[in-house]
Amino acid sequence: MSLPVNIWNRDAECLPREAIRQLQLKRLQETLSLVASKVPCYQAKFKDSGFQPADLQSLEDLRHLPFTTKEDLRMNYPYGMFAVPMREVVRIHSSSGTTGKPTVVGYTKADIKTWTELVARFMTAAGVTREDIVHIAFGYGLFTGAFGLHYGSEAIGASVIPMSGGNTDKQLMIMQDYRSSALVCTPSYGLTLADRMEKQGIDPRSLALRVGLFGAEPWSEQMRRELEQRLGIIATDNYGLSEIMGPGVAGECLFKQGMHLAEDHFLAEIIDPDTGAVLPEGSVGELVLTSLTKQAFPMIRYRTRDITRLDYTVCECGRTLARMEKTRGRTDDMLIIKGVNVFPTQIEEVLFQIEGCEPHYQLIVDRENNMDSLEIQVEVNENIFFDEMKQQRQFVVQAEKRLATVLGVSAKVKLVEPESIKRHEGKAVRVIDRRQL
Amino acid sequence: MKVEQISIFIENKSGRLAEITAILGKAGINIRALSLADTSDFGILRLIVDDSEKALKVLKEQRFTVSITNVIGVAVPDTPGGLTSILQILDNNSVNVEYMYAFVERSGDNAVIIFRFDNIDEAIAALTKNGIKILPSEHITSI
Repeated sequence: MSLPVNIWNRDAECLPREAIRQLQLKRLQETLSLVASKVPCYQAKFKDSGFQPADLQSLEDLRHLPFTTKEDLRMNYPYGMFAVPMREVVRIHSSSGTTGKPTVVGYTKADIKTWTELVARFMTAAGVTREDIVHIAFGYGLFTGAFGLHYGSEAIGASVIPMSGGNTDKQLMIMQDYRSSALVCTPSYGLTLADRMEKQGIDPRSLALRVGLFGAEPWSEQMRRELEQRLGIIATDNYGLSEIMGPGVAGECLFKQGMHLAEDHFLAEIIDPDTGAVLPEGSVGELVLTSLTKQAFPMIRYRTRDITRLDYTVCECGRTLARMEKTRGRTDDMLIIKGVNVFPTQIEEVLFQIEGCEPHYQLIVDRENNMDSLEIQVEVNENIFFDEMKQQRQFVVQAEKRLATVLGVSAKVKLVEPESIKRHEGKAVRVIDRRQL
Repeated sequence: MKVEQISIFIENKSGRLAEITAILGKAGINIRALSLADTSDFGILRLIVDDSEKALKVLKEQRFTVSITNVIGVAVPDTPGGLTSILQILDNNSVNVEYMYAFVERSGDNAVIIFRFDNIDEAIAALTKNGIKILPSEHITSI
């Protein structure tokens, strides 16, 4: 397959493996000595573990250090984990904080420069150039998504429309009139836009849209196909989290064989989420990240809760940076139903496979008489509505059968009316767990 | 000869049926015949109305999932055994009835049966050949 290959920073993105490791070791030592002198939380962690930064001889030695978790960030709310005085900090961002206090992160001027560079890398990898008009439909605010993509686009020289989230009809009007060519939003909002276009009779092929950069929530390959078909675009994935930096930690090239992880700025490990043990290369497990160049908010062995796998072979595009598989869900999104691990993304895959079924669904987990039950509510649309009861019931039976095979646990499928499941313009809430454990 | 029937997906929860009839009533659409097939979770409401195009439009605007199917209407003498002769013709010609529902005409002499077949053209041919009169569409939508 011959695809156009554009590389933003060839020296960094195509560095030989051994050189990457040497650079990582040097930067890791610098980061460890920075936090050991500036951040009380890490001073205490080093003391407890009996391992001092000076003891670090190889990258593998990192596993002697304890993890950093969201809980550590909450305990040090708001600025306790910062490694520089506030006068060095030029930007504050924050996570949504759906459970308890939000987490606060800071950036120095140099951190913003790195962030901008890393976003420019993955946007270039996805084919964005200075000719593009980038339509950013992430919410501008404390959330890192919009600003990250905004600065990356400007670095490339593209024209940015700082649209922000919501107001779908206006988004479409601007997309038509301003000739947006690159769309930035969550994949579920991408589908909301496709739905609205269909409703308004807008042919996506009449738009200038050619590429979509989707992130901020896990999504499936089937969802990619649907976004590509319904919006007439190339859909690429990117990954990031505010605790580490925001978008730009990893992003796909046009070969779509995993997201290139910026290993010159982050060190990645894959661990067993239950035991914390580092898993051998190629294993599926929880991604743990250590920042290597951050000044304001360095993170040592941060548990991302995202489940993935890393591939260290060189990509067809020529980049040597490890490729991170699409996240399979989060350890905290994972449902344990009758003792079986279930990820909402698995259910999404099955619903897509059954022809014509869009992923407007919600999982309802309950417990009756000490038995877990899983109900999947699926919104009916014209493709899966039949005038004959026999066919309608057949659809339900087929869906239930396929879900049971894939999940390894039985599920009841309930058809509900269109738009009866609550829609979010941003991240989709897929699970309602009513179990009182 | 074929009659347009509207099918609507409804969840099995209170007030849904009334909502649909209210939407149609407000749009000035008259319901001629109806049947409801249901399960514990959902139902399929089938309607024959005087203006199916308009009904489809207003229901879709209210975000209902709607489809149109072709059915036929047959007049059956409102006497014991009236239906049997028709069903026998269909059986002899191996035509399957997917579902059917009936109502009595205002004059009271005939019952009207609405049929949905797996193969509507074969069914029409079989019935016509055996002298059964299929009601014209206007007859049913203007009852």
